[in-house]
Amino acid sequence: MDEVKIIEIKKSVFADNDADAEALRADLKARGVYLLNLMSSPGSGKTTTLIQTLLRLEGRLRVAVMEADIDSDVDAVKIREATGVPSIQLHTGGMCHLDAEMTRQGLDNVALQDVDLVVLENVGNLVCPAEFDTGAVRNAMILSVPEGEDKPLKYPLMFSVCDLVLINKMDVLPYFDFDLEKCREYIRMRNPRAKVLPICARTGEGVDAFADWLVEEVYNWKHA
Amino acid sequence: MHELGIVFYIIKDVKKAAEEHGVGHVSAVVMDIGEVSTVVPDYLQDCWRWAADKEELLSGCELRINVIPAVTLCEDCRQEYRTVLHGKTCPHCGSGKTCLLRGNEVEIREIEVPGNI
Ligand SMILES: Nc1nc2c(ncn2[C@@H]2O[C@H](COP(=O)(O)OP(=O)(O)O)[C@@H](O)[C@H]2O)c(=O)[nH]1
Ligand SMILES: [Mg+2]
Ligand SMILES: [Zn+2]
Repeated sequence: MDEVKIIEIKKSVFADNDADAEALRADLKARGVYLLNLMSSPGSGKTTTLIQTLLRLEGRLRVAVMEADIDSDVDAVKIREATGVPSIQLHTGGMCHLDAEMTRQGLDNVALQDVDLVVLENVGNLVCPAEFDTGAVRNAMILSVPEGEDKPLKYPLMFSVCDLVLINKMDVLPYFDFDLEKCREYIRMRNPRAKVLPICARTGEGVDAFADWLVEEVYNWKHA
Repeated sequence: MHELGIVFYIIKDVKKAAEEHGVGHVSAVVMDIGEVSTVVPDYLQDCWRWAADKEELLSGCELRINVIPAVTLCEDCRQEYRTVLHGKTCPHCGSGKTCLLRGNEVEIREIEVPGNI
């Protein structure tokens, strides 16, 4: 008979990543760099929103972008060409999320001494990225009108980890039965602290408020 | 494919534990997975087989999953109920002021190693 010995471990699978993320946040704080983790389903408008936002931040914040959503560099190139903001492509090898170590490796390729804000466009997915703390100062997500107002009910974790929810594609509201007030209520149920901003990245409507939010956040991070 | 990423974390933690205990082969890993943790046990098993067999330490190693039932507490009437049956709304008093007590775990409980070494 083969004997078996049992070694107790009792450890959350996310514990190591949570510790890495805390360490990364502390490093960023010491360097005066703010990292925003931007999440959404594929196609909700992360890249379009970023372009509109970066144009409004010119002269107010020094920004860099890390693209992780897709493995090709089309989004990174698009952002660079539209805004002149340095953006690099991370290669996730088909992973469904970024963890703190991958984020740190990405940041090694950013000239951190020259930036105030780094925006991470995370992998398009409402499940996995929510479980892995990237080390970002804040999490923000985009929910677009065609996705429906019930997403906070279906993906509770994502909404509970986000400090800001942008409701994008407000221009198509007349064509969908999206109920904005209900959506706000569902988000509040998941996360009473989350700020909700309706925007239209196509026209730029509402994006000023997001840009202002970022300027204030970065200021507080650097000076608190 | 969320489960593959989780498998890599499990492997990392198990390797570390094996090293600390001077273990050359692990025959089973026992996990506690909460019912509402978003981890799908079947996918986790598939990813585990694929990734574990690539590691000498874990070749043929079994992954055993305990599913932890999710329980929610109502903050108004202080009663508990099964989360998967009633969601966020308390079935006893209808309140929405509820919080998850357990069922969100993704934990390595223990590993089994050959004892006669
Ligand atoms: N109608 C409308 N379309 C939008 C808006 N924002 C983005 N889109 C479109 O949605 C598609 C996906 O946008 P993209 O920024 O690439 O999404 P990402 O995958 O989240 O980065 C593109 O065709 C955009 O032009 C918007 O506010 N209104
Ligand atoms: Mg994109
Ligand atoms: Zn109750």
